[in-house]
Amino acid sequence: MSAGATLEIRGLSVGYRSDHGLIEAVRDVDLDVAAGEFLGIVGESGSGKTQLLLSVLGLSAPGATLRGSVRYRGQELLGLGTGALNEVRGNRISMVFQDPMTALNPYLRVGRQITEVLQVHRGSSARAAEQRAIETLKSVHIPDAARRMRQYPHELSGGMRQRVMIAMALIAEPEILLADEPSTALDVTVQAQILSLFQELRARTGTAIVLVTHDLGVIAEVADRVAVMYAGRIMEQAPVHELFAHPRHPYTEALQQSIPRIDTPRPARLPSIGGAPPNPAALPAGCAFAPRCIYRMSVCETVTPPLLQASPGHWKACHHHGALGKLRIEAA
Amino acid sequence: MNAAALLAVRDLAVTYRVSYRGGHALLRAVNGVSFDLARGEVLGLVGESGSGKSTIARALLRLVPAAAGSAMFHGTDLLSLSGAALHAMRRHLQLIFQDPVASLDPRMNIADILAEPLRVFEPTLSSEQRRQRVLAMIRAVGLSPEQLHRFPHEFSGGQAQRIGIARALIIAPELIVCDEPLSALDVSIKSQISNLLKDLQRQLQLSLLFISHDLAAVRFSCDRVLVLYLGRIMEMASCDALFNSSRHPYTRALMRAAPIPDPVAARARRSAPLEGEIPSPLFAPSGCVFRTRCPMAIERCSLEIPLLRQVGDSLVSCHRAEEVSA
Repeated sequence: MSAGATLEIRGLSVGYRSDHGLIEAVRDVDLDVAAGEFLGIVGESGSGKTQLLLSVLGLSAPGATLRGSVRYRGQELLGLGTGALNEVRGNRISMVFQDPMTALNPYLRVGRQITEVLQVHRGSSARAAEQRAIETLKSVHIPDAARRMRQYPHELSGGMRQRVMIAMALIAEPEILLADEPSTALDVTVQAQILSLFQELRARTGTAIVLVTHDLGVIAEVADRVAVMYAGRIMEQAPVHELFAHPRHPYTEALQQSIPRIDTPRPARLPSIGGAPPNPAALPAGCAFAPRCIYRMSVCETVTPPLLQASPGHWKACHHHGALGKLRIEAA
Repeated sequence: MNAAALLAVRDLAVTYRVSYRGGHALLRAVNGVSFDLARGEVLGLVGESGSGKSTIARALLRLVPAAAGSAMFHGTDLLSLSGAALHAMRRHLQLIFQDPVASLDPRMNIADILAEPLRVFEPTLSSEQRRQRVLAMIRAVGLSPEQLHRFPHEFSGGQAQRIGIARALIIAPELIVCDEPLSALDVSIKSQISNLLKDLQRQLQLSLLFISHDLAAVRFSCDRVLVLYLGRIMEMASCDALFNSSRHPYTRALMRAAPIPDPVAARARRSAPLEGEIPSPLFAPSGCVFRTRCPMAIERCSLEIPLLRQVGDSLVSCHRAEEVSA
């Protein structure tokens, strides 16, 4: 993959023991994050996209088994002790969660929660941290920032809370911002504001952003590069325009074709694949997407296709090398 | 409006009395909403949270009390029914819920879940007649009769929504409210359920109120759309007119904000997103409720509530609708 990546993930697997047996949430993932890039990771529930992000920061649930490697600037993060990990997280790599109401502490004023980041990571004085926090709140377009500092999370709207989360994540000027469905709980006009804020911050600060979402539309709006996940694996990875213009994996094609659009006349029916994503405790042998795939061959049911480069920068994990397009024809 | 309407809603208002700073305040969740639903029509109710779209449906189904207005259905006002008359009317009004698994009783198997509405509303059916209806319905929603003896937790979200649809349709209701029927489903499942709803709607000529925050789903599923903001109608138009030549700044802002799964088309839209968020209905702005976020607002908008009027192919409540380019 690319040379000089800031974050290099190699062969990463994350497993859990559950009542239903061993769950492999993330399976053998290779992924790079380059400096300053906007990477989108798209997948449905159970695809492993959130577990992938959490494992980077050592936030997997207790008892999780992690294999593989996650390197930040050459430093291995997997297996790092809490002390060493805390030098990185919230500081060099930070995270924005889906639900700001549960991610913020309801008992602490907004100001205290933001300044804590600087006091912990930078040893800043209270006064210097407060000044910096107000500047950061202004930079994420929170009006009347000094007053907001004294408020509690419940006094803010959903969009404002998410801006506070983003300010907290950015105040230490991290190199990488991980965002897990940051706009999913918000109304669509507020989602548009938050996405445009991410783009503006990336352009201004050069922070790389990794945005996890179930919404291919969000990816199309903001990402430079896309990784498509299904049942714990990356199925396809490509620059955004390449992925949408020439999807090479049948699952990507299905996702793209099955979403209705507001900007084109409606079709009589939506192109659609049958079935549902597999139970992560009982994954099929071979390719996990095979049972739903309209291009399925016998090899797909036994051999897991590796993620291989199909053209420069465009990777796919699929045995089918012919053209796609069958889904659209079937729906017509 | 339409003389042959199945449902004619006039001046519907829903008001809640809420505690506020030691006293009480009136929260107007729905304010002066009127619309018709024709037989066999799919009407979309669109808006962000707090717009009143679900409250309208709940008031029509008598799950929350209406403060004012009427809803004529078969010559009677749904809002004034009570007791046995209300119970008898319920068989004509059914609901499909957002969370398909939570809306099914976990202790009942699917056969019992589907038979229950028949037991309640068609008590004269023999058990064999009931069994035949359940079998026909389970097949109509794309499940197999072998699945009838399973319990809700054994089904995926998409299958559970098929069961929810079957339960709503089995007594052949005349009006079905779909409250965000796709929102809880995974992307690859949404298209299956969208197609199923559309197929059943056409075959059975169903009349649907389709509540959604997702404009793309509305464009695919609906004939006509009602756009709501803070409990008031901003715009009402056929789906084609709304998506091709909307006349309201709020509708336009919603469309600009809706993600498009195509980076070329998505990035060609270079306009800035709408600022701010929907205000609390406790403090609804004077005049036009949208004016505090409207890029076209003028002084008149704070003084005078815009009436719903015909402009182009839309019914629109905006003082400057003529200037919103077609």
